[in-house]
Amino acid sequence: MSATQAASDDVLIARIAQGDRLAMQVLYGRHHVRVFRFGVRLVRDEQVAEDLISEVFLDVWRQAGKFEGRSAVSTWLLAITRFKALSALRRRKDVELDDTAANAIEDGSDDPEVAAQKKDTSQALRKCLTALSPEHREIVDLVYYHEKSVEEVAEIVGIPENTVKTRLFYARKKLAELLKAAGVERGWP
Amino acid sequence: MMATGKKILEQEPSEMEMLLPWHAAGTLNARDARRVDEALAQDPELAKQYAAIREEYAETIDLNESLGAPSARAMQKLFAAIDGEPARQPSLALNIPERIAGFFAGLSPRTLVWSSGLGALLLLLQAGVIGAMLVNNQPASFQTASLSTDEPVTRSLGQEAPPRALVRFAPDARVADITTLLDHYQAAIIDSRGGMFRLQFGNRAMPKDQIAGLISRLQGEKIVSLAVAAP
Repeated sequence: MSATQAASDDVLIARIAQGDRLAMQVLYGRHHVRVFRFGVRLVRDEQVAEDLISEVFLDVWRQAGKFEGRSAVSTWLLAITRFKALSALRRRKDVELDDTAANAIEDGSDDPEVAAQKKDTSQALRKCLTALSPEHREIVDLVYYHEKSVEEVAEIVGIPENTVKTRLFYARKKLAELLKAAGVERGWP
Repeated sequence: MMATGKKILEQEPSEMEMLLPWHAAGTLNARDARRVDEALAQDPELAKQYAAIREEYAETIDLNESLGAPSARAMQKLFAAIDGEPARQPSLALNIPERIAGFFAGLSPRTLVWSSGLGALLLLLQAGVIGAMLVNNQPASFQTASLSTDEPVTRSLGQEAPPRALVRFAPDARVADITTLLDHYQAAIIDSRGGMFRLQFGNRAMPKDQIAGLISRLQGEKIVSLAVAAP
């Protein structure tokens, strides 16, 4: 995100704090897709993710007056999304099931193998990215897709910056293991 | 440095290895980006690892882009919820210039006209007082035929000070109405703060009961929303 857009987001938040619906529409139009995708990756359910974004932006409407501009608005949005997603997961009470499913894939379920058999590294990589644990998925997404810095990820996830770096390293290592189990060798590690 | 990549399973990762993903995403600061570039140029194992990271980076973007977008239902639900929210009070978090601008934007043109008129009047008054003080304080190096420096230019504000009041005018008060009121009461505006004006009546002191009557009459004026006696 450019510095201009970040500054413009700050202006929108100031207007939203005054009850400006048009500013809310602009902010929603600018960020809702990324918020939705981050939510989908966390909760793995499009319907739940749709409900999430309504809740996230309603929180923005309510809390805009308290936004101090210490971080980018997009970082704030992702932090709210993460909090809401984790709450939704707790409500669904099927987190263990979700983890079990992920572990099954990690142990070498069919999908990565099938992808590897097709010699489609790209497809296998994508399957393995999906098979990562929620903790690893979110950090990979935040750095690669949402282009968040070490400091911003630390703020969103609520962990120290050094932990951010090591967590992503081990997420990548896990990804390499999954790929290896699926028969894909990339020369690292 | 050459063995960086080989050590990863046995040891903690190096700082350079951990920064590679942010380098691929272009979110490192200039200093760290330069350090990583230098390390990549010197370490083929690290460069191999970086190539793998670039693949992961591209696939992560493709994967997220394939997730589509939410339906219009999400937006409809959001704005229906916003419609149900209580009316918004102006936030104190706005900075001072924005609040000042907002205050003036909210005034009617007529209010702005009489406010600016009163402002100009106050400026003239203030200039007159300052001028008088300067003249009074300067040692006389000459004497005019009409002015005696033995007598004070301004009148004493001691026990014989004329009565004063703090007045707030009604928002729809016109300049002409205010001027008429000032003439009627032989009053002058001597100060203004926070929408309140300090008026001075005549040039002679008054007994307390007369002052109370004056304030009471003033309070009864249509264009006065508040009037209280002031020192």
